Formats: sequence, structure tokens, C-alpha cells
Amino acid sequence: MEQLDCFHCGDSCGKHPIFLDDKAFCCNGCKTVYEIFSENELTCYYDLQSSPGAVPKEISGKYDFLEDDAIVEKLIEFDDGNLQIATLYIPHIHCSSCIWILENLNKLNPHITDSQVNFGKKTVRVSYHSNEINLKAIVTLLSSIGYEPYISLEDYGSSQKHINRSLIYKLGIAGFAFGNIMFLSFPEYFEVGEFWLEQYKHLFRWLMFTFSLPVVFYAAKDYFISAYKGLKSGLLNIDVPIALGIAVLFIRSTVEIIFDLGTGFFDSLSGLVFFLLLGKFFQQKTYNFLSFERDYKSYFPIAVTKINTDGSETPLQVYDIKKGDRLLIRNEELIPVDAILIKGNASIDYSFVTGEFNAISKTSGDKLFAGGKQTRGSIEIEALQSVEQSYLTQLWSNDIFKKNKEERFTTLTNSISKHFTITVLSIAVIATVFWLFYDASKAMNVFTAVLIIACPCAIALAAPFTFGNMLRIFGKLKFYAKNASVIEQLAHVNTVIFDKTGTLTSSNSSKATYYGEPLTNSEEELLKNTLRGSNHPLSRTLYDILDEHNIISLDRFEEHLGKGLEGASGSNIMRIGSANFVGQTENDNVLTTAVHVNSNNTYKGKFTFSNSYRKGVSKLFNSLKSNFDLAILSGDNESEKENLQKLLPSKTKLLFNQKPEDKLEYIKHHQHEGSKVLMIGDGLNDAGALAQSDVGIAISENVNVFSPACDAILDATKFNEIYNYIKASKSAINIIRWSFLLSFFYNAIGLYFAVTGQLSPVIAAILMPLSSISIVVFTTITTNWIGRKLK
Amino acid sequence: MSVIYILLGASIVVAIIFFIAFIYAVKRGQYDDSYTPSVRMLFEDEIIKDKQKPTINE
Repeated sequence: MEQLDCFHCGDSCGKHPIFLDDKAFCCNGCKTVYEIFSENELTCYYDLQSSPGAVPKEISGKYDFLEDDAIVEKLIEFDDGNLQIATLYIPHIHCSSCIWILENLNKLNPHITDSQVNFGKKTVRVSYHSNEINLKAIVTLLSSIGYEPYISLEDYGSSQKHINRSLIYKLGIAGFAFGNIMFLSFPEYFEVGEFWLEQYKHLFRWLMFTFSLPVVFYAAKDYFISAYKGLKSGLLNIDVPIALGIAVLFIRSTVEIIFDLGTGFFDSLSGLVFFLLLGKFFQQKTYNFLSFERDYKSYFPIAVTKINTDGSETPLQVYDIKKGDRLLIRNEELIPVDAILIKGNASIDYSFVTGEFNAISKTSGDKLFAGGKQTRGSIEIEALQSVEQSYLTQLWSNDIFKKNKEERFTTLTNSISKHFTITVLSIAVIATVFWLFYDASKAMNVFTAVLIIACPCAIALAAPFTFGNMLRIFGKLKFYAKNASVIEQLAHVNTVIFDKTGTLTSSNSSKATYYGEPLTNSEEELLKNTLRGSNHPLSRTLYDILDEHNIISLDRFEEHLGKGLEGASGSNIMRIGSANFVGQTENDNVLTTAVHVNSNNTYKGKFTFSNSYRKGVSKLFNSLKSNFDLAILSGDNESEKENLQKLLPSKTKLLFNQKPEDKLEYIKHHQHEGSKVLMIGDGLNDAGALAQSDVGIAISENVNVFSPACDAILDATKFNEIYNYIKASKSAINIIRWSFLLSFFYNAIGLYFAVTGQLSPVIAAILMPLSSISIVVFTTITTNWIGRKLK
Repeated sequence: MSVIYILLGASIVVAIIFFIAFIYAVKRGQYDDSYTPSVRMLFEDEIIKDKQKPTINE
């Protein structure tokens, strides 16, 4: 039989597709969405992109907290009593169909006046009449068409986000002034001494002066501030010579036009600032759709359902949860606090925390940690702590999360600039002293000329353009770095530390090994068919691993929640589950996850599960071992120790049973010994280690879902390439060194003119852009060349 | 040759008009999202088609 793909979501329809209008659907959910669209004449959705949809999820009750006005108020960005505007983050936005359908929301509900998608940020900004439709109805509508918004604690109270556009303004102003000043200064470049030019040159000069004012006092403002801050803390950063250069250019030019000594250097001044800002702009490449600043807040819900003593349910903001509160956690909801399970059978997925995808069964009375996600039915829990005091969230009270990582490093540019500034100042002083004796009238001219021409525009541009371009190349290869300094730090790393679960192991596939008496064919058939009826994650995994068998209908099937399964066909009875359930005492290796099998009341054996390691782990470690210290920090028990020792080079340090704080401390300890640490992890339990390390890379199976705060996000498929990325970062540093050499060469030429007192505005106007542009060209070509070698 | 004052004035006024337009555009958020408008631009046809249909249905 031909396999059909769902018309709506593109998934395989399986053996029983649902048909409507000659179109196949995989489930009723997808069919319903199609019906909604076809009723409202919106089937164009399917023309723009084939199968663009997502299966709508069951959300009943999940967004009840949106009825609470106090909570809604914190989420919306505008409210005038009738018209409300809210921006919702929708992870599913991925193609042009998504944009089209979301911008036509008003066809589905006329009370929505306008909706606008920001594709890069995956948000939709919805305006609606709040008297007719509330936010909950909009969220429900979006969910019903497969676009469920993601509302987390992070959104709470941060609706008034300030967008910083000052760099665009500054760049615009500098570019505007640069262009106009170029036109005005052009006639005087040739100094023809023509009559009309002589007549009007003063006007031209004062116009140039006027244009340069906003450039110096607004566009170049940050350089002065940064230089001042640097000097105050005793640092000669790159902004010191730049600020000096800009100040000297402006003052000398102003003096020249006041006393009619010359045209000044307004063209070079505005050009310099324009190029510098361009470099900043280029470096500022950010990945809108990724967030590198996530803490637990972006995982946690805004509100949960509280069960009052009289049995009624009310939504409760999570910060208001107090010890002893009784909470209702529905299917697919996250547990926000450490709690005790009171009622119901929990199957908790801690993948947010540990990176491990196996759900763990809990029975009433068990302790549940914050951060777990309930995956089966509803449960009732009693809070043991408030949100901030929970085991997981406590980690964020560590000081490391308050520090700005970039301030902890001295960049290559700044370390060069120290020597550079001192050299330039000495040259200026020596040349001035020489001219004071030789021809005192030119001394001041030479002093300022040296400072002007040595202004390290090209040096300041080398790093932004190299790293900026590298960032873009890495981004294409699905390695998303937060900013340029990450690449610089990556090049200096000498210790690499990995998390185990979810990082070295792939969460998509796990392996099961069978120990015990071999099963007969009919037993295996019964086993497979019994598993077929269960939705427990372990059953699903085992079902997928076992060989294909005939589907037989069971005479009896029972699922004992938290214990195991029982299936019967004919005279054969099969019991699968925990050791106790199949009548075996739990004595053997308790370190592994196992499923025991009992056929016709005789114990057969067990399947033990182990995570399979990513392909190429061994190869990666072997290529890393000669240049780096390697270590593995795992929060798990030691069951995998032997496997890892076989797989990895012998010098790799293996540490197990590491708590999140332990990981952080371990890295701190290494840093005190002078190591530069690269941490590669994935779950929230690595968040502390990622923040403490010099470079923290989060591995992600799907970059659109959430990864903890880090410096870079790496797509899991590119895991093997880490070593090549480190090598490429090292090459980038070499490119910058070469660019410095190139710019020193230009500076030497410029200094010759300056020291000999021959620097005219036209030479400065040629030399400064020329050096800047050639640096940009050089770094772009070389980084692309390195990028071509990467996979 | 005094006409140069008029020419200069005119050219600067034009330049400043464009400059103000730029500032206004940034302020309105036109530079915040540089991708979606490029896709949205291509939708015009479908929306017109759809706007006509509901009136026939209702």
C-alpha cells in the first residue's frame, strides 16, 4: 500500500488516513484545521508551501490563567480600554504560509483588527478589540490552527521591551554627513585658486563644520565614553587612540577654518566615524530567533492551577506559590516548584533539566523536582518550596549569572592598542620636539598630523569584520555564536569539558540489550503486541527496537500504571515491567534502566536501556586529545563508566554524580589553574557550567526549542565538527594579526607624510578610506576562504 | 554667482528631507524586521482574491 503524507502537516498518515475533499490527513486534528481554513476561504495556505501545518495540541484549561486581568495586563503591550495589542511568540513559524495565515487572522475572527508577523523573531503582533475578544480566545484560536503561542515566565512583566536603535541612527547620521561633506570639500582638493572658489570657500568650510558637529558629538559619542572609561580603569583600549584621533581632527580642522589656514579634515573625520560604525554594525549580526540569555524563566509557565481547600480551582501566578499549596498539573505542563506528588500517576520528563528524554514514573508520595514536565494525565502536587528556592532555580542565585562575560576578557585588539597608543604618542612627541628646533612654526602641525594619520581605524575594523564574517559563516553551518568575542575566546581554549547525557548521547535513539533466556518466536510476537498497546516511553522505545511481527489481537491487555503491562493471547500470558511486577526481586545492577519480561509465570530476562552515543564521538575525542585537556561531567550514575572508558582516549577524566553546582565549581577550579575552558552541554543543569566557562556551547537537537543560557548554540548534527570550528577560530585570529600588519604598513606611509610635515587634507582623505577598505576586503576574502574548507 | 546660495540651500534642504525620512523610518520600526516585508510583498494577490470571495459567500 502506498504511504500517504498528511496534506496539512506532512507527516506520514500511517495505515488509516482520514479523507476529506480527496485529501489525506494523518489525524482528526489536522483535518479540523483544514476544515477551519476551507470554511474561511483560506486554503491558499496550502498553495504557498506544501504541508506547512502543525498538529494542533489539546490545550483545554492550559490557558485559563489568561482570564486573570492582572496577568494579561503584564503580557499586553498596549491597552486603551477597547483596543489591545499583544505580541506572541510562536515557535512553529517557519515558512511563507505561516506568515500569510497569521496575517489573515482577521478572516477567522473579525474582532482581530490586525496581525503582523516578524519572521526573524517568530512573533506575531495581534491587535484586537478587547470588548469582543480576549487574549485567551486569541491564544485558543491560534492553538486550534496549530500555531500555539509559547507564553513563559520570561514574558511576564517585560511587555515594554525597549529596542535599541541608536546604532542605526548614528550610522545614518555619520553616512549623511560623510556624503555631504565629501561634496563640499571636493572643489578644494584641487586648489585651483579659481576666483569664485576663493569667494565661496569660507561658506563651504563652515557648512562642513556644521555637518561635522552631529558626527563628533552624537555619532562618535560612544568612542569618547569608552575611552574615558578605559583610562579611568587604567586601560589603554583601542578607543583611546580613536577618540584622540577624532578629537584632534575636529579641533585642528576648526582652528584651520577659523584662522583661514586651510580646509580642515572634516571629510576624513566623518569618513572615519562612518567606517568605524559600519564595522560595529557588521559585528552586531544577531540571530533574532535564538536567545542566548535564557534562564529557567523562559521554560517556566506564568501561572498554574491552584486547588483551593474547598476543591475549587483558581489560576495562580507562579511567584505567588507558597509552601503547602496544592497544585494541579495537567498533561504536558511543567512542574514549577519542588513538590510532593499527592494524587495521580506521574510520568515526568526531565529533558529540560538533564537533556535525557526518558520519562520517569513516580507514584504518590514521591518527591518531584521543579523543571520536570508531566507527560501522562493530570496530577496533583503539594509545593515544598517557593519557586526561587527550588533545587533547580537556586542555581541562578549564583553570582556568575550576574557578571557580564565579555568584561572578563581582554581582547586581542585591546592588547595591541596598548602598545600602539604608546608608540604613536612617542612618535608624535619625538617628531614635535625635532620640529621645534628645526622649524617651530610647523611643530604643532606635525604633532596633530601624527595623531590624525595614526588613528587606528584599520586596526579597529580588522576584528569586527573578521569575526563578523566568521559569525555568519558559522551560522550557515548551524553553529550560532552569540557575538564576535565568543569566536575569539574559542580560539584560546585549551580544556574541553563535555556533559554526557544529551550531549555525547543522542536523545533520539536509545539502545536496548537483552539479557536472559532467549525468547521464542511466539513469545516475541506476544511481547511486541503487548507493547503496542502502551504509551509509556519505555514501551514505545522497546517497540521500535524489536523486529517486525504480525499484529495479533490480544485476548486481554492491562496496563498497571507505574508497574508494567500484562497481555494474553490464547493460553500465553506475558508480563512486562519492573522487577517486582514480574515477580523478581530487584537485586541486580540498579544503575541501569531495565524492563523485565515474564512469560507464563516464568522469568525470562530483561532489556536494559542505554543511550547510544552520537556517531563520531570517539573520533572527535581522538582528534581533540593531543591539543586539549578533556573531561566529562555527568549528573548520572556510574553505569556508563566502562562503556565510556572503552570509547574515549584514556586520558579523558570521567566524573559522575555531578550536581549543577559541582559542575560550576569544577570549571572554576580549572580556570584558577589557568585553563581556558570550553564547556559543551545541553540541559538546564549545565546552565551554571556554561555560564562559568570561558566559552559555553549548548548542543541542541532542534535550535528552535529552548536551550539554556550560553555563548553559542550548536546543532546536534554538527557535533563532530567542533574541532574544525575551533581550528577555524584560530585561523581567524591569524587573519586579524595579518590585518594588523597591513594596517601598520599604511600607518608607516601616513606617518612619513605626517612627520615630514606634508600631510594635506587630500592625502588623509585618500589614505584613510583606502586602508579601511583594503582591510575589509582582505578579511572578507580570507575568512570566506577558511569558511569554504568547513563543512 | 549669488545663485549659489539658492542652489546650496535647495540641495541641503533636499538632503535634510531625506535624512528626516530616514529617521522617521527607523523610528517607526522599519529597520527592525528586514525579512518579513520581502515575503509579505508577494502576498498581495492572494489577499485580494480572498477579500472578494467572502462577500459572495455571505
